[in-house]
Amino acid sequence: MSTTQSIEAAPEIIGMDTSADSSQYLTFILSDEEYGVDILRVQEIKGWDTVTLIPNTPGYIKGVINLRGTIVPIIDLRLRFNLDSVNYSPLTVVIVLKIVSEDDERVMGIVVDGVSDVYNVSEDQMKPPPDFGNVVNVDYVKGLATVDEKMIIVLDIDHLLTSSVLESIDKASC
Amino acid sequence: MSIDLKQFHQTFFDESFEGLDIMEANLLDLEAGSTDKDIINTIFRAAHSIKGGSGTFGFSEVAAFTHLLETLLDEMRDNKRKVDQESIDCLLQSVDCVRSMLNATRDGGDIHDQVVTENENRLIAILGKNNSNSTVDPEQETVELTQVNTSISTGWDIRFKPLASMLRTGNDPLPMFSVLSELGELSVTVDSSGLPNFDDLHPENCYLSWSLRLIGDVAKEQIYEVFEWVEDECDLDIVPIESGSEKDGTKVPDALVSSAGEDCTKDGAGAQSIKKTDVGQVKKTATSEVTSIRVGIDKVDDIINLVGELVITQSMLGQIGSEIDDDRECDNRRTERLREGLAQLERNTRELQESVMRVRMLPISFIFSRFPRMVHDLAKKMGKDIKLVITGEQTELDKTIMEKIGDPLVHLVRNSIDHGIEKPDERIAAGKPGTGTVYLDASHQGGNIVVEIRDDGKGLDCDRILSKAIERGLVNEDESISEEKIYDLIFQPGFSTAEALSDVSGRGVGMDVVRRNIRDLGGNVEIKSEQGKGTRMLIRLPLTLAILDGQLVSVGEETYIVPLTSIIESLQIKIAQVNTIAGQAQVYLLREDYIPIIHLSDIFSIPKEKLSIDGGLMVVVEGEGQKAGLIVDDLLAQQQVVIKSLETNYKPVNGLSGATILGDGTVALILDIAGLIRCAKLMDTSLLRSQRIADHAGEAQQGSGQEIIIANMNKEIPDEHDTIH
Amino acid sequence: MADILAVDDSASMRQMVAFTLKGAGYQVTEAKDGKEALGIAKSKKFSLVITDVNMPNMDGITLTKELRALPTYKFIPILTLTTESTAEKKQAGKAAGATGWIVKPFNPDQLLATVKKVLG
Repeated sequence: MSTTQSIEAAPEIIGMDTSADSSQYLTFILSDEEYGVDILRVQEIKGWDTVTLIPNTPGYIKGVINLRGTIVPIIDLRLRFNLDSVNYSPLTVVIVLKIVSEDDERVMGIVVDGVSDVYNVSEDQMKPPPDFGNVVNVDYVKGLATVDEKMIIVLDIDHLLTSSVLESIDKASC
Repeated sequence: MSIDLKQFHQTFFDESFEGLDIMEANLLDLEAGSTDKDIINTIFRAAHSIKGGSGTFGFSEVAAFTHLLETLLDEMRDNKRKVDQESIDCLLQSVDCVRSMLNATRDGGDIHDQVVTENENRLIAILGKNNSNSTVDPEQETVELTQVNTSISTGWDIRFKPLASMLRTGNDPLPMFSVLSELGELSVTVDSSGLPNFDDLHPENCYLSWSLRLIGDVAKEQIYEVFEWVEDECDLDIVPIESGSEKDGTKVPDALVSSAGEDCTKDGAGAQSIKKTDVGQVKKTATSEVTSIRVGIDKVDDIINLVGELVITQSMLGQIGSEIDDDRECDNRRTERLREGLAQLERNTRELQESVMRVRMLPISFIFSRFPRMVHDLAKKMGKDIKLVITGEQTELDKTIMEKIGDPLVHLVRNSIDHGIEKPDERIAAGKPGTGTVYLDASHQGGNIVVEIRDDGKGLDCDRILSKAIERGLVNEDESISEEKIYDLIFQPGFSTAEALSDVSGRGVGMDVVRRNIRDLGGNVEIKSEQGKGTRMLIRLPLTLAILDGQLVSVGEETYIVPLTSIIESLQIKIAQVNTIAGQAQVYLLREDYIPIIHLSDIFSIPKEKLSIDGGLMVVVEGEGQKAGLIVDDLLAQQQVVIKSLETNYKPVNGLSGATILGDGTVALILDIAGLIRCAKLMDTSLLRSQRIADHAGEAQQGSGQEIIIANMNKEIPDEHDTIH
Repeated sequence: MADILAVDDSASMRQMVAFTLKGAGYQVTEAKDGKEALGIAKSKKFSLVITDVNMPNMDGITLTKELRALPTYKFIPILTLTTESTAEKKQAGKAAGATGWIVKPFNPDQLLATVKKVLG
């Protein structure tokens, strides 16, 4: 079956600021860009494994997997962001996340190129994303943070993944 | 100590609603003039418990209202009041009132509304009619109590002389004194002069008496309260301390009090003999007769989920076990033992699963029990004479299904009463008995539960339904339709044939919702009717929503599960039997029927392995009375699967009813046959439409239909689709 | 600490009584009617029985009589829970041999105070 890395094995925490208004973010790489998600939402990190296709769904919904008895959908974030798709390798990683929407909680997995780091980011380190107009959709970006002179794009995963599912409904009923 | 009483509220509501059901059922059995003590007592007890509980948990309005009910019932119980129809009706309505009050208490809302007030007044009026026996208002009594002697003294002299028999009611002076000692400074003097010679001493009797002095700011009734229970079993004098008498009082050390108290109480001479009999009693341990426990449904569901996991693990191990021999040579005896163990594991797992599923099963009487009352009320309201015959109420089904089937059943029974059964004169004129009958039956048939609602009323009027349908544009005037199809029309949205607006069946809303609810549960509803003789409605439901017997099929690389209950047969395709309609849609001639062919690979956009279907496999399935042939690449194993929802973490998908986890840990999707057939029909119509468009354009182009089909597959399929022909 | 047998056909009342008493350190066994209570009482000696009056199978008054007839329960305190505050109904319990009564509705504090009165 799949290889499961435990979160404890994640890279050491960088940035010593552990004050109350800072949060920890797990970052991952997608086409040379570094994205961050709230670490408290990360359920586990596992290697890519075969999925069961769900018929007639948008391409970025790769299918469903069995995660300890529950059926969990897997979303390819490259395809979701209209980036070039790459072939999955043994290094391809699935991050399983808890998604909270208005009425309930879901568990979903995202396929990314690889896991990078865990950072402490304080509130004031986080800057709102600039408006790119129609060039880039910043709806799913919570903010931009600079750590170690690198820019991290912090994602609003609730909005991103809930809309991924809802949009596929919209597409279905048009 | 402060205890949050809220934690007991749910239990209180649960048992109170149960109590109300019991009251209702027994009130319906109670006839005017009856003196059946058992029935009245049962009703009384239920009211009494609700009153007690609501008082304790602070629902004073409910307590006050049920107090009236209880008073009325108490008078009936004590034969102080005759059981008349007026009281029975009023009590029945009061049951509804209490129910709505409890609902309002629980969910928030107007607890004491107009209806409650009216009913309360009616109860008071009925109670008032029998003035001679009116009961004492408890509040009044407590007022009286508190008015007794409110004099306060700086201290009290108490003379307490119990009767010899007082100990036999379990009253022990020692704890009483200790309560007194908390009120103020207490000194106790024992008078042992009443003790007889040892030979004459009866160990169960109390021979002592006491003089007590209590110094402090204590009200007399506080002292009186301590002795409240023994007022008839003692001589008791409580007098304010006389000035100057304080010095005369001999103080007795506390030790004396305790030893004196113990000597003549339970640890006295009698203890020896008591202990001997004790041993004898213990051996005859009567097992406690707890026959049921109340458990939260979430706990049961947790167990069911875990068992589901166990089933998956077991089938995974089973698969590994069956592969061992094939892989390489092993120690034969050990393999044998492993196999035996695995077989046993499989048996045990299956039994465990069945037992656990049974925990969720409840007799359908939980729903049926609400009908006698409903029929009684509705019949009365509509001036009809109706008898309700219930059979098979012990038939068990899953709690979730039970919860969801209640409303549709109510609707169908209401329909029978409202539209089915005629008024008595109408019935007699038609040569039928004046009393109409509604039958309600439940039974197990195979893996299904079948609920039947039958009446001996006037039946469905095909002509009326048809003319209505034409009026609504649901069918064409010149269309010829089978009787079955006509009955099916009443399930269309917005269809109703009620001649006058009635608040019994409502209008228009209903039958379509009824069918949708039943379909959502994986069931179906069927109507049979004979004009003038009556109507029969059959509802077929799965026993449980959690597991399913499935046939595994493969299409391309994918494995799907077809519910066994929807499979009629599987066969090898003979190309000669395949016909094409409009160049695209294929039908298969199966004996006398043409059944539509559904290519799963097309519907699910899976690359086809074989281009020709000749010699391929077809699974003939049926959903909602419609047959279809599914083209699959291979038939795999048949096995029981645990249904997992796709909606938990994703969303519902057309044509799929869920997913399951196979023995190797991978996910397989479960087909929703009725949904698939609806999808396929949509393909047909879009195909026909595209054909028509193409024809109009004068360039009928093959293959373009296919594009549209696939593009349309994701469409939310409207329910009324069945009628678009 | 003392063992108490709590008898009531109403689960919520039973839970409330048991919870309150357990919170105060008593051991509590529950029974849902007189018949069950009698069976339990025969197998084990309790230091106090608290029983509802109106119950199916066997009411609290009959239970009290039956318990008093047992040698082990001759002197054990028995309290009845009653909503009927009229003297007549209280006396029915007393006549059967009950030690005293607790009038419903009562709150946890009142219950504990009453229990203290018989157990000390």
